[in-house]
Amino acid sequence: MLESIELKIRDVLRDHGRLNQDIERIDMQTDLYKSGMTSHASVNVMLALEGAFDIEFPDNFLKRSVFGSIDSIRRAVTELRVAS
Amino acid sequence: MPHQSFPILDLLHQRVTTSQALFGLSVGFDIVQISQMEGSLRAFGETFTKRLFTPNELIYANCDEGLFAERLAARFAAKEAVIKALQLSELGVDWRDIEVIKKSDGDCYLQLHGQVSRLALSMGAMQWLLSMSHDGDYAGAVVMALGVTPNPQISELSTKVKYVGIH
Repeated sequence: MLESIELKIRDVLRDHGRLNQDIERIDMQTDLYKSGMTSHASVNVMLALEGAFDIEFPDNFLKRSVFGSIDSIRRAVTELRVAS
Repeated sequence: MPHQSFPILDLLHQRVTTSQALFGLSVGFDIVQISQMEGSLRAFGETFTKRLFTPNELIYANCDEGLFAERLAARFAAKEAVIKALQLSELGVDWRDIEVIKKSDGDCYLQLHGQVSRLALSMGAMQWLLSMSHDGDYAGAVVMALGVTPNPQISELSTKVKYVGIH
């Protein structure tokens, strides 16, 4: 289950993250902002994640740190899926 | 590569730091690629626009043909500039709480709502200055919050103030 969540997150980041390196080279803790993701791109990532996981990010999740790494995104997605 | 010195930046740095201490000035800047905004509109449509922009912002952006994406890009830059000026990126805010209003004389100003308004007031930001521009594929905005109460966090960051907004 966790692996499939990570794979979906990687697919979203590949399509919308505007990263400056291949998603395969990004590990769980890599800083996505230092890897090229802009604040605008992070909005696209958020909306794509909502579609991919059928969730909605509430305001209190709209923090820079939530979208800072694959690991932080996975934790947020997991929490929102449990809550929904 | 040796570090390149820019005396004018050092001078600006001193002036901004002094202004910040004396007058409670906080600055934010952001730039958005208009073609990327067009990409977001194609990919997410109303899901994107309704999440980020107020009805009035959307009406204005759509009132002249061909300017929708660049107007939204400038407004998104303004919203992000406010978030940077008040250092709200870790608080979680609704972008629609930061609204750019177009006046009849053509000028634009900021109107804050909800949680962002409460946070701004709690920090003492009583007045905002906004300037937006676009050229080619880019739109940018700079905002200044006046009256922000100096606090230890801002003082700590003051030595880095010339880098504020470069993310």
